[in-house]
Amino acid sequence: MLRIARKEDMTGLRAVGVRIAAVLLALLASGLLILAMGYDPREVVRVMWSGMRTLKALASMIRIAIPLAMAALAVSIAFTMKFWNIGAEGQILMGAFAATAISSVLPEGTPGALRILLMALAGLAGGALWALPPALFRAAFRTNETLLTLMFNYIAIRWVEYLRCQLWKDPAAMGFPQIAPIPESAHLPQLLGVHIGWILVLVLAFLQWVFLRRTKKGFEVRVVGESEKTARYAGMTVGRVLLFGVLLSGALAGLTGMVKLNGTAFVLAERLAGGDGFTAIIIAWLSNLSAPVILVVAFLFAAMKQGAGWMEGLAGIPSALADTVQGLILFFALGSEFFIRYRIILESRHRTERKEAHP
Amino acid sequence: MTDTTPLMVLAVFLASAVRYSMPLLVGTLGETVTERSGHLNLGVEGMMLMGGAAGFVTAIRTDSLVLSLLAAMGGAIAGALFYAVLTVTFRANQVVTGLALTLFGAGVANTVGKGAVHASTPPHIQAFFAWQPLRPDLSAIESVPVLGPAAVFLRTVLLEYNIYVYMAVLLAVVLSLLLHRTRLGLHLRVVGENPASADASGIRVAATRYGAILVGGALCGLAGLYLPLVHNGTWVENITGGRGWIVVALVIFVRWSPLRAMLGALLFGALEIIGFKLQGFPQLAGNPLFSQYIIGMYPYIITVIVLVANSARKKGGWRGPGALGLPYFREER
Repeated sequence: MLRIARKEDMTGLRAVGVRIAAVLLALLASGLLILAMGYDPREVVRVMWSGMRTLKALASMIRIAIPLAMAALAVSIAFTMKFWNIGAEGQILMGAFAATAISSVLPEGTPGALRILLMALAGLAGGALWALPPALFRAAFRTNETLLTLMFNYIAIRWVEYLRCQLWKDPAAMGFPQIAPIPESAHLPQLLGVHIGWILVLVLAFLQWVFLRRTKKGFEVRVVGESEKTARYAGMTVGRVLLFGVLLSGALAGLTGMVKLNGTAFVLAERLAGGDGFTAIIIAWLSNLSAPVILVVAFLFAAMKQGAGWMEGLAGIPSALADTVQGLILFFALGSEFFIRYRIILESRHRTERKEAHP
Repeated sequence: MTDTTPLMVLAVFLASAVRYSMPLLVGTLGETVTERSGHLNLGVEGMMLMGGAAGFVTAIRTDSLVLSLLAAMGGAIAGALFYAVLTVTFRANQVVTGLALTLFGAGVANTVGKGAVHASTPPHIQAFFAWQPLRPDLSAIESVPVLGPAAVFLRTVLLEYNIYVYMAVLLAVVLSLLLHRTRLGLHLRVVGENPASADASGIRVAATRYGAILVGGALCGLAGLYLPLVHNGTWVENITGGRGWIVVALVIFVRWSPLRAMLGALLFGALEIIGFKLQGFPQLAGNPLFSQYIIGMYPYIITVIVLVANSARKKGGWRGPGALGLPYFREER
């Protein structure tokens, strides 16, 4: 009889091999799908590549990668606790909203550095506060946090739409529904052709790694993720650890919104998050929640987005094809996890296996 | 009797709420079937888009309604199949797989739909959906006082719909009976509630879940098809505009019941149009609670309240399918 058992001893190298094989298979499947939809895969690759190889394109890709990586770092903290925070999209928006709100009440002559600092703090607070209710309800009633954080995304989107079209509609925009842009002094300074968000991302990735692997709080976060029972047994207050981790996750997502606002968008709109909060979940998952890998995967996703834009503009190939390819890669990666975690055994005797929660 | 009397304004409003609720209702029925088996499929938006694009492109290419319906179901089933293989057989994370399906489905649909952006629904299919099979001729009693307006009111609210609407209502009733009155429905519910005991009593858990996910997908495809083929008459990029997520909210709001889904979809459908209607009332203009954007939040806020209230119940109340979102390991029970 065919039987499936959990693998305990998959070496790191073999796991990487399985994942790479999955991505290669996904690319092969993508090629076939592109062919089936009536486009030439070689042409797609050629055009995408032509949009990536200049220095300017590199800078643009890094700009796209910054919020993706930051948001992925944010959700991976919550995911480490098996708290399925899919509300990064809303937390990004509320971070940007809080930053805009602070900026609008500061006097005009506020020095740029101070304004940026206060906006960053507001971004952290905005994102954390937006993650707070789902965390509280989960801790108090075990309310399904996936669905809660999902709903909070759409409340945030409508809220910013309301601000844009009514409450904060800029009279200077000549009837166009738009919120007033943030002052130029609040724009993030450039370093090597890209705003300094890229340094922030590198620092945050390092800090996140240190936090999860080297600090007591980070250890608690990981234990809660492994097993709430163990955590309770070890004397941790699971609710408090959960709350702390989720607030940290939300705060980072909120900061992502502020960096997007002050780095590239300069104006708050409901499109500001632009799906980054959802893509971040995929990136975090593909990276196995590891901070250094997140940086690499976020850059690859950004490259694909950049190439897709060129595809549409240059060759008239729909940029939606890039979403299809990303989706396929994810499908194959999700499938490959099975072959990393389980082995298939041909036998008839039943053996009990260690019980373990599955993500 | 003209359409400007308050009664008729109400009737017309209710009727358009019913029309707006259709993709929500059919999608909710589909997702309810899926979730009752214990699988939370967040790919509704993607499946609706895939079904809508496949069905609409087939309609304009072949001019055939039957082929269009089959293509809509087939397109969405293809998406659901990815989800089923990954989450049932490979035990992948349901949340991430659902998100991947939304990304993938939107990508495929917007690529396929590109060629249909300027096309419109073929005339005879338009005519078919303009047909109101149950509309009675009231010219004989229309001028009778009280009775006449009442009859016209009821006709507008209940009997002036196309066949899609009646089929959707019928589907809700049939699914409810199926879930609660048949052995198949019982099996489905047990699988979603407690797969280990279902397995122990000889129910085929994986097969039941595959079935529920694929049926759910097919219904999402039909829900998606309504938008380009009947409602808009043409395809636009991302035509569902977040309705797939409203469906996910609705399933919770109606607490996994096909009958309540009709009321829930009607309420959310009404909320979708009421914002525009209220713009005609200047006395409400300054009140943010009646702003169309704030009203747009209500479905999500209501769902949050229902979710929290549901989970805060004391023991004994049903909180939804017990195994929702959890993979089943026969080896680890």
